[in-house]
Amino acid sequence: MSHACTLQVNGISYPLELDAGRTLLTVLRGELGLTGAKEGCDDSECGACMVLVDGRPVNSCSYLALQADGREITTVEGLAKGGELHPLQAAFLDEGGVQCGFCTPGMLISAEALLRRNPNPSEDEVRLALGGNLCRCTGYQKIARAVLAAAPGANA
Amino acid sequence: MTRGTYLEPASLDEALRLLAEHDGAALVAGGTDLVVGTRQGKRTLPETLVAIHRLPGLDGIAEEDGALAIGALATHDAIERSELVRGRWTALADASAIVGSPATRHVATLGGNLANASPAMETGAPLVVFGAEVELRGQGGSRTVPVEGLWAGPGRTTAAAGEMITGVRVPAPADGSGSAYVRLEYRRAMEIAVVGAAALVTIGAGAVSDARVALTAVAPTIVRSPAAEGALRGREPTAEAIAAAAAAVHDAATPISDVRGSDAYRRAMIEVMARRAIDVAARRAAGEAVPIPATMTVGGTR
Repeated sequence: MSHACTLQVNGISYPLELDAGRTLLTVLRGELGLTGAKEGCDDSECGACMVLVDGRPVNSCSYLALQADGREITTVEGLAKGGELHPLQAAFLDEGGVQCGFCTPGMLISAEALLRRNPNPSEDEVRLALGGNLCRCTGYQKIARAVLAAAPGANA
Repeated sequence: MTRGTYLEPASLDEALRLLAEHDGAALVAGGTDLVVGTRQGKRTLPETLVAIHRLPGLDGIAEEDGALAIGALATHDAIERSELVRGRWTALADASAIVGSPATRHVATLGGNLANASPAMETGAPLVVFGAEVELRGQGGSRTVPVEGLWAGPGRTTAAAGEMITGVRVPAPADGSGSAYVRLEYRRAMEIAVVGAAALVTIGAGAVSDARVALTAVAPTIVRSPAAEGALRGREPTAEAIAAAAAAVHDAATPISDVRGSDAYRRAMIEVMARRAIDVAARRAAGEAVPIPATMTVGGTR
């Protein structure tokens, strides 16, 4: 039995008919073609599927799409504006926080959620905020440095 | 994966009616246990889902008649950040602060943690030491059970079909009390207790006037340790007295071996967790501001 819902993703409204058990991740990637969020573990362990729902980080692999009906969803595709990289994206490049790139969308989203709430985090706060995101390449040092460099309060 | 039915009631009454009308319907709030359990193949998604994440009025965190009243839909993020909880019910803040990851804590609820009834749940032991009561509501009315009476075994509760947890009432600890929850963890995030312990210690005239100790992941449900509590009462909270009390938890600890730890390892470590929890609770009772979550302060992973 499918259910009508509307997902607001990166400022665009998508009317959809979805089965009850569909996860937000499969709908974003399948129906909407937004393949930035990744299926890593499909188990909430790795954070590669991270998106923002009403500004808060959510593991989209473990969240029912219908529960997000009418809420504001931001995926990694929604970070860059007008062809300009988001400051976090630029900092990840500058600091070498990207290697294979699989974890990067989730890292960026978790970092964005942190900086919206806390524009001047300590390194400990950055590491805690990224605790639900696994990276198998970088060793995390450069990712943490990138988030600190992108923090709006970093140069204040 | 089911093709089933998704229902989103607008009120608590409607939710209770839907639960009663649909045999086998399951409630879903944050979904962090229900949906993940499906992915892990532990169970299939129920045929009928009643989504309660937007029900109004069930996410409060407030002081009522001197007790802490928390709605079932309060998230761990909200509990962790509540100055009220951090101040007087500190062990609960210690626990909510280490549930899952930031993403988990933003959607996962206290009611869900209780209903999932995992013996490794983080919020159970703190609620047990505080003597919390859980409100269950069905179409026929509401009833209150002590939190220890909610759990029937791993993953099972005493809630009847058609009943849902609507809130938790947590009595205020006596003046001169401190509390703490700590766990053994292999990873900072997306972890549940390998073993864990909560302690509530009340100090008057330099000695422990009351103590409660509850243990996580060493029995089919969260359990208290009367022996550890008895060993503390009337004693000065010295390192020796705390170590002796922690060594007494084996009266209640009957752990199993599983993928997360052997029974022998759990028995060895529960004593360490109990010692840390009692120590932090006693320090807090004495007015020391031990940072939340205590697990990170006293030897968790970084």
